[in-house]
Amino acid sequence: MLKPNEKLDLRSLLKDLDQYEPRRRGWAWRDHQNELVLNGYHYSDASAPLKQGVPLPAAKYFNNIDPQPMQSITTEIASGRFEDDIRRMRMAAWHGADHIMVIRTAGQSHMDGLIEGTPQGVGGVPISRKQVRAQRKALDLIEDEVGRPINYHSYVSGVAGPDIAVMFSEEGINGAHQDPQYNVLYRNINMIRSFVDAAESKKIMAWGKLLQIDGAHNANATAKEAWKVMPELFVQHAINCQFSVLSGMEKQNIALSTVPPTTAPAPDLKINLPYAVALRDFFKEYRMRAQMNTKYMETSTREATVTHVLNMMISKLTSADIQSTITPDEGRNVPWHMYNVEACDTAKQALIGMDGLLEMVSVRKDGYMKTKVRELKERAVLFFEELLGAGGYFEAVEKGFFIDSGCYPERNGDGISRKIQGGIGLNTVYERDSDYFAPVTAHFGYNNVGQYNESLKNSPAKLINGCTFEDRSKIQYIDELDPEDNVNVRMQENEKYRSSSLVKPEVEWLGDGTVVVDLMLPTSMRLAEFAAIEIGKKMNLTDVVVIHKENLHPSEGTRIQIKGKVAFDIDLNKLVLPPEPEALSDEEITAYVKAHPLVIVAGTVGEDEHSVGLREIIDIKHGGIEKYGITCEYLGTSVPIQKLVDAAIELKADAILMSTIISHDEIHYKNMKKVHEYAIEKGVRSKLIIIAGGTQVVPELAQKQGVDAGFGRGTHGSQVATFLIRKKLEAARHEN
Amino acid sequence: MEKLKVRADDFETRRNHLRDLSDQELYDLFWKYANDTVKPLIKLAYNHTTPAIERSVLLRMGFSSLEAKVLVDKTIDHQLMGKGAGHVVYRYSKLADLPLREAGLQLMKDLGWDKVLTSFGVKPC
Repeated sequence: MLKPNEKLDLRSLLKDLDQYEPRRRGWAWRDHQNELVLNGYHYSDASAPLKQGVPLPAAKYFNNIDPQPMQSITTEIASGRFEDDIRRMRMAAWHGADHIMVIRTAGQSHMDGLIEGTPQGVGGVPISRKQVRAQRKALDLIEDEVGRPINYHSYVSGVAGPDIAVMFSEEGINGAHQDPQYNVLYRNINMIRSFVDAAESKKIMAWGKLLQIDGAHNANATAKEAWKVMPELFVQHAINCQFSVLSGMEKQNIALSTVPPTTAPAPDLKINLPYAVALRDFFKEYRMRAQMNTKYMETSTREATVTHVLNMMISKLTSADIQSTITPDEGRNVPWHMYNVEACDTAKQALIGMDGLLEMVSVRKDGYMKTKVRELKERAVLFFEELLGAGGYFEAVEKGFFIDSGCYPERNGDGISRKIQGGIGLNTVYERDSDYFAPVTAHFGYNNVGQYNESLKNSPAKLINGCTFEDRSKIQYIDELDPEDNVNVRMQENEKYRSSSLVKPEVEWLGDGTVVVDLMLPTSMRLAEFAAIEIGKKMNLTDVVVIHKENLHPSEGTRIQIKGKVAFDIDLNKLVLPPEPEALSDEEITAYVKAHPLVIVAGTVGEDEHSVGLREIIDIKHGGIEKYGITCEYLGTSVPIQKLVDAAIELKADAILMSTIISHDEIHYKNMKKVHEYAIEKGVRSKLIIIAGGTQVVPELAQKQGVDAGFGRGTHGSQVATFLIRKKLEAARHEN
Repeated sequence: MEKLKVRADDFETRRNHLRDLSDQELYDLFWKYANDTVKPLIKLAYNHTTPAIERSVLLRMGFSSLEAKVLVDKTIDHQLMGKGAGHVVYRYSKLADLPLREAGLQLMKDLGWDKVLTSFGVKPC
């Protein structure tokens, strides 16, 4: 059992992997709660809460509730080192991910056979039996920790699809991308080979109860104008769905990968919503995995996040069984830890924020919507008509029907064309003879079992006393093949960051040392870019690269983000930590105040109209210090310095609580100094406790201005009351 | 095969025969076309095999990925893919009265192929 305050021990995870057995087969959907009430709020579309997790930042105002939406939430993880990805999976699961999708290393789809061992990948992870077994085993621990099943997913594609499908089914993998059209269009794998392989892969996946997701969304990312391929997408989805059903898959385990094809500044919903509605009409028997738009992702994480929130509005208005998340930094680098977490939080926040949306609004079925939805469907039917007229799927691909940038029936003649007699794996398809035979379970197609035993026609594996699907002791587990390129060597290299008190900044790999510096330079974009690199170098960063630039004004300013690496590490054991803010118990505070009544004067100083923070510290209804019996005189906002001190003198107050939120030009610290000095001037400083609070207040800096204490973001009334009492006790000791 | 040329959007004329279909009729037509498209592909898959399919059979029969690859390559070399690579191993285990894995490992060492070929009525190369 994992403990929240302990890191997952990779070495013990990797131990005895050859003995590991998956605990289940198939996909686990979230458990819908009909009437979930949390903190007095009634949720309509929520699933069971987690046992442990990290709630949204604002949850602290709502008793730290962490409602979970109905949709499975996907996070795509693949840094190239599966061992580092495991830590990211744990973080993502705590933020609500229950569908972990592992991206494959570049080029795996062209490898004719399984990869074994744990080599390092590029832009993804080499998917091998050891790697998936280790990650599935880790997810078993993590799902127990968060209290919700976690689905593990990768790809059954390329020229080793059936091999991978077998391995995934044996290893308890829960979902996979499988779509022969993806091989054909984007990987130039021979189309005959792709479809013959796919039927076997799908039949195997059906046995493993894997949820299948298709690959049609790639058309959006590839087409010149993404929204124009909408009619074709219906056709691609239908081909994979129908082919899967005829291969033996159940419809409930078949999901479409659907993407809102366009984004603002185009009128996002006007194009994306009718498409989503039409798709769900035609594919009502299938599951929907709502992907987010990646076609128009730039390096702005803010822009990507807004796009994705708009995408999720469509998910809520139509339906989505799985909500994918794309990390907002995908437009600028292989995603980093924190962005996986951010994307999960974005999904959770948006979907829970829109809880019950369809109880309040509905999508219109007349006017523009009716016309557009019907038009898309007709365009899709017409595409099929021409495809069949051309001789069928293969001929249509050869003629460049697909990924044409015209909105069908418009054609721009720029579709992807593949030759029937071409591509990788050409001439590797063999006709089965009449005595063809395979003594295994979940084998698709012609199988002459009768030549050996007519009665075992439906269970050919019985001829070999069960295949690996019946008897997993027959699985041949290979540990490592490459003595240099493997997880043990990698872990040895960065061991000091795993088993000592040294720590280094990290974005994807343990000890990678990568940091981001966010800058505003008052100059043009081009100059700012090169100046930023020099700034990075002067900060002693190595490998400095600009990862984002944004025009604030052509000459007045440019926002630049650079990344670079630091060469040093920090020894946590040598850190000198300031004492944690302490708080007496409610009973202790109340007892003291009863015996020694306290009066305080409070207000927000300067030209500052913020009141919420201070009211939380003092008001009884927010759990503030009034509840202990402390008499509070609240003077309001924009209170002059003199008035605050004069009121304290008049009321014979024990303390002043000054709130100061605006921090421009250090005005908050300047005002603290003024209060301190005015109290001296009036001769009351030694009798008055002066406390300053605010979101930008650093306690040590506040004290330097002369006040007794500073309290920053996240302070509770009990901490303030504790300080007051300690200070009073200290003063009493001095008097004695 | 000639690629499609540029074509202006002729949706309004092309859709004439669909215009009066009900939504249900349009739905049914869409799925009929999907089925018509896929059926020949499924038939093709039903009657054919590939190296990946045969490797997947051998994996399920208890061979490692490395062993499966060698066995399929040798099955192709002996022109026995039409019988199935798993079938070759199964047949040899029967002919030589060997456990399945042992039969496969012998075939990997180029032992026993003549017996297999003869039993399938194929002339040894």
